[in-house]
Amino acid sequence: MAKIIVVTSGKGGVGKTTSSAAIGTGLALAGHKTVIVDFDIGLRNLDLIMGCERRVVYDFVNVINGEANLKQTLIKDKRVDNLFILPASQTRDKDALTKEGVERVLNELAQDFDFILCDSPAGIESGAMMALYFADEAVVVTNPEVSSVRDSDRIIGMLSSKSRRAEQGLEGIKEHLLLTRYNPERVQKGEMLSVEDVKEILAIELIGVIPESQAVLNASNSGQPVIMDKDSDAGQAYLDTVQRLLGEKVPLRFLTVEKKGFIKRIFGG
Amino acid sequence: MSLLDYFRSKKTNTASTAKERLQIIVAHERKRRSGPDYLPQLERDILEVIRKYVDIPADQIAVSLEQRSDELSVLELNVTFPDEKR
Repeated sequence: MAKIIVVTSGKGGVGKTTSSAAIGTGLALAGHKTVIVDFDIGLRNLDLIMGCERRVVYDFVNVINGEANLKQTLIKDKRVDNLFILPASQTRDKDALTKEGVERVLNELAQDFDFILCDSPAGIESGAMMALYFADEAVVVTNPEVSSVRDSDRIIGMLSSKSRRAEQGLEGIKEHLLLTRYNPERVQKGEMLSVEDVKEILAIELIGVIPESQAVLNASNSGQPVIMDKDSDAGQAYLDTVQRLLGEKVPLRFLTVEKKGFIKRIFGG
Repeated sequence: MSLLDYFRSKKTNTASTAKERLQIIVAHERKRRSGPDYLPQLERDILEVIRKYVDIPADQIAVSLEQRSDELSVLELNVTFPDEKR
């Protein structure tokens, strides 16, 4: 049975697409056949982050409308086996995604894949609602910042009331908190909400903490999911996150200020 | 600015302010979410009625609906009146 995971946040710009790309790639690297579905109709970006923007021929809406089949539309990643991308449409028609259409495509994907990762658009409009509706699990991407935490709480509310599982009275969506752009230095100075603060407010289980990192911009610049940059702090933090998603117990890293040694202070690094 | 102020200002912890503000607004919004849709309007209407007689600010009224059991819901109304000095 395929597992459907939505990557969501409410607020924009917190790292949903970066996280979708990283986690999807990580799951595929771990040997699970994975597809990342871009639900951000009109503002397609997953293709850029994944570095396959020039290989998009058909898109999600084409499949829903029967203008192309999945085989023609799915883009196979050239670096990682078992990894596929279903790009969003650039149409301006916001209601291009219908519940029936999305369900049909997800059902078809479920026959072939272990994980279906739904990259949600920001906001709480129909695209975001479609992305979370069929989910079994949710990764709630949150920055340690007031507006992001508040919007995450709003989305958590939607997960438990507006999803298929909620409507059909099934067991609720398993919610995971992914804290991104975390800066331990500023937390230590009392300038940023800590992991514990955010956990206490949102009261859902923590799946990972991704440190604020230069590697993320470098990765998106070059169209490489940051998880493939295995030397970077953010890449390693995402690798840990994927392991936890797969049920392994991995201790949290990058939560404390790294003490810079004498040599590092002089030569940088 | 005195030397003491200098040390004090360094201690201003904006993270804890953020946390306090979030805890209040999130609790407030959760309550609202769990209640029926008409609750905010009901709150406004009750406020209007009370204001005909006593001048109270909008945040001095709280209406909540608590589901005690399947058959019993309690509508709780909390109004803080201003000091009777006039």
